[in-house]
Amino acid sequence: MTERSNLPSEEALEAVLGGLAARAPATLLPAVLLAVGLADAWAPLDGPIGRLFVAFNGRGVSRVALAGDEGSFESAFAAAVGRPIRRADRLPERLGRALERRLAGDRRAPVPVDLRGATPFERAVWEKALEIPRGEVRPYSWVAAEIGRPRAVRAVGSALGRNPVPLVVPCHRVVRSDGRIGDYALGSERKRAVLQAEGLDLGRLETLARAGVRFLGSDTTRVFCLPTCHQARRIQPAHVVPFRSRLEARAAGYRPCRRCRPGERAHHEPAHGI
Amino acid sequence: MDDDLALRLAGDLDGSFERLVLAHQDRLFSLALRWTGDPREAEEIAQDAFVRAYRALAGYDAERIAGLHLRAWLTRITLNLCRNRARIRRPAAVRLEGEDPPLVASGADGSPDHRLADREAVEHWVALLAGLPDRYRAPVVLRHVSGLDYEEMAEVLDRPAGTLKAQVHRGLALLRAAHEAALRHEQTVEEQAAGDRVPERAGEPRIREVTR
Repeated sequence: MTERSNLPSEEALEAVLGGLAARAPATLLPAVLLAVGLADAWAPLDGPIGRLFVAFNGRGVSRVALAGDEGSFESAFAAAVGRPIRRADRLPERLGRALERRLAGDRRAPVPVDLRGATPFERAVWEKALEIPRGEVRPYSWVAAEIGRPRAVRAVGSALGRNPVPLVVPCHRVVRSDGRIGDYALGSERKRAVLQAEGLDLGRLETLARAGVRFLGSDTTRVFCLPTCHQARRIQPAHVVPFRSRLEARAAGYRPCRRCRPGERAHHEPAHGI
Repeated sequence: MDDDLALRLAGDLDGSFERLVLAHQDRLFSLALRWTGDPREAEEIAQDAFVRAYRALAGYDAERIAGLHLRAWLTRITLNLCRNRARIRRPAAVRLEGEDPPLVASGADGSPDHRLADREAVEHWVALLAGLPDRYRAPVVLRHVSGLDYEEMAEVLDRPAGTLKAQVHRGLALLRAAHEAALRHEQTVEEQAAGDRVPERAGEPRIREVTR
């Protein structure tokens, strides 16, 4: 039997195995921090009103802003959120696809969002805004009533203004009930542009509002809606009945639409609407 | 030091988690790398292990975190991931050159005599380790590649330390025997090939350079 001289002793074998220890690649730590949401990355994405900067981590989209100076975006993010952020080549594939669908109006596209730091009230407001379909708008007071805080109309407005992920959470679909568009996280003019890009007839909405019309009914179904509700837009012109208030609609024997839920609680509608 | 880190994590998970990754990433990556033999898969496993650890820690109360033996706990998570992957993995593919992280790190004593200078030798040992029966493989790898002590290994593998000592001893003996058999096989192949053509791998560094 040939003895090979290089058969290792137990000590040598242990040393060989110890030498199998390796260093983790430099990419591991940043990938872990991004995945657990202790760091973020961002990438550009083309949206309905131009290019966006989208920040994200393993928990979801953490910020959306109009594209601008990259350095300012990063420093604003770090200041607001307190986490480091770096530029990524692109959005993660699945997230990018879902975002494109969401921005194209598909509310069910699964876009996770990272809303750590938000109050329960803010979350409730933003989730409610998500229920508003593309091409439609709802008043601030509607959101307040729907989340069970009918008196918090002003707070709803502030919460929408603090929406860190505009367009993903469509806070632009919440407007004043007097027909004015109201403020927007990305600026008022942008709000008009987004709504128009979504197919909303802003001129008609403003004309109705100026005339004091808050609801539209159909004299065939005897149902009344918010003016931009899909159902309201399907009423034949000859059958449209305008109402200045819920009371007026109810007094005429109309019931509220189950789709846009123009509301039961008359007391939180601004006084001039009644 | 790990106890100190566990206390920090208990007090401020988000503020201390990066420290946890830095302290343990080489060990977890090495375990996954030598278990799977694939650097890319090893990085995925190590990342997954840390993400799972973070999520678990986020759900634990401070007392539970403070009491964790982090090395053993993280190793257990990683080893489970390695084993689960192995079950669903395709047969090992040939790796392309040039994409791997450095395979060589200085041994515990840092002496150049014990450095593995050669990828082929590393693959040789990784293959031998993978060929060990499972009850010896994990103890040998955890003891000598990961550098865990027997108490930690007992926690990872749910076996008494005495059993593990015997299994490591037996595993090393099997490894030496397998190494010897592999050398003898190579020698035979070379002798047969020497007759009519140049052996394909003649002249390449051999394991003897590694172990001497």
